[in-house]
Amino acid sequence: MTVKITGPFTKEKLAFLRTGDDVLLSGEIYTARDAAHKRMTEMLKRGEALPFDIKNAIIYYVGPTPAKPGRPMGSAGPTTSYRMDPYAPMLMEEGQTGMIGKGPRSEEVIEAIKKNKAVYFAAIGGAGALMSKKIIRSETVAFDDLGTEALRRLTVRDMPVKVAVDSFGNDIYKTGRKKYLEEQK
Amino acid sequence: MRNIFVNKITDAVASLARETNYYLGEDVCKRISQCREAEDWPPAKDILAKIEENIKTAGEDGIPLCQDSGLACVFLEIGQDVHLIGGSIEDAVNEGVRKGYAEGYLRNSVVSDPLRRSNTNDNTPAAITYDIVPGERVKVIFAPKGFGAENMSRIAMLAPFEGEQGVKDFVATTVFEAGGNPCPPVVVGVGIGGTFDKVTLLAKKALLQPLDLPNMDPYYAEMEEELLKRINGAGTGPQGFGGKTTALAVKILTAPTHIAGLPVAVNLNCHVARHGEIVL
Repeated sequence: MTVKITGPFTKEKLAFLRTGDDVLLSGEIYTARDAAHKRMTEMLKRGEALPFDIKNAIIYYVGPTPAKPGRPMGSAGPTTSYRMDPYAPMLMEEGQTGMIGKGPRSEEVIEAIKKNKAVYFAAIGGAGALMSKKIIRSETVAFDDLGTEALRRLTVRDMPVKVAVDSFGNDIYKTGRKKYLEEQK
Repeated sequence: MRNIFVNKITDAVASLARETNYYLGEDVCKRISQCREAEDWPPAKDILAKIEENIKTAGEDGIPLCQDSGLACVFLEIGQDVHLIGGSIEDAVNEGVRKGYAEGYLRNSVVSDPLRRSNTNDNTPAAITYDIVPGERVKVIFAPKGFGAENMSRIAMLAPFEGEQGVKDFVATTVFEAGGNPCPPVVVGVGIGGTFDKVTLLAKKALLQPLDLPNMDPYYAEMEEELLKRINGAGTGPQGFGGKTTALAVKILTAPTHIAGLPVAVNLNCHVARHGEIVL
């Protein structure tokens, strides 16, 4: 099933999604990966405000290639999500509702997803050119010194992702393989 | 004796950096397409179709195949009758990386120190491997290595009694435990033998072998086939969502080893299995 969803990405809007659904996202999302996550959680621990409104935000784990002149974005596929696992629960507590990445998450992250009614989306790892075409605008919000790892606001149109962990904690990295193997019997 | 100016090597590296990050080898494209046709699990088939669309988009629209344009792995096979002139070979390679990554709008993914982690901002230095070979030519092989798959690579110093079964179990388990992390479908590079350091290099060099040619040694050709079947039978599938296309190929390289040892290494590459070469 393919579902179209447009921001802001409230819990209510994401609650209808189920693991395995194909989703086309439109609206504003944010980018952050390893270094930006480390900084954001350090800021929160110091009691400082984050450089953007994280409530109802989706964060895309990506470090793009530089944009060519006249283009909003370079190649922009997902990076491996487990490296953000130590930081993700704290950000969900602050109101983040969605993550886009690739690969399985820790039990702690899945628990935080359930508790906060968030969703973890997977994009196709290695399909950076395809994803780039769905990004129509990009601006740096903070951490410019981090280069590719800077915090950016993206405007996306029909960005193809799959629900990997829904707000009930169903995990495609456990169920997908099992379902396929049962089907083969 | 033949003189070769090192700036020729700079140009070769720069041109390969640009080319390999936008265009995938014919052998890889063909294998992905064969796997899509053979895949009967609809979500897996759909992902493989999107991966093919990505390859097409990269070439037609001039967008790098993957945002992780890699750590530049450069293999130089230098003929022993060549005299390299005009500067340091290492500097020449790094200048090629600097130039190729800037001109190709590729990502700078290298930090200067593994713990203090500040970006070098030009993707240097490259990881360079030198081999001295007969003749008076220089072969420059360029393989940008993404770290999603690199991080899932493993080495084991097995005991000789663990034998063929031990090796096969280690390879299959490594791929299985990597799950959806290394962007499956992957290419599985396997090194067997040598020493602790040599076996990892064998695994990396195995990733440079063409996917459409079987191993020259029938014993290892059979092992490659058997391992591919076993890995794909585990059901991880494209991106780890289930399916039979977890690996595109298994490639094995071997070397003589010590009477007391059986080193084995597995280096994974994602489906964006990039490499190219120029002979000077």
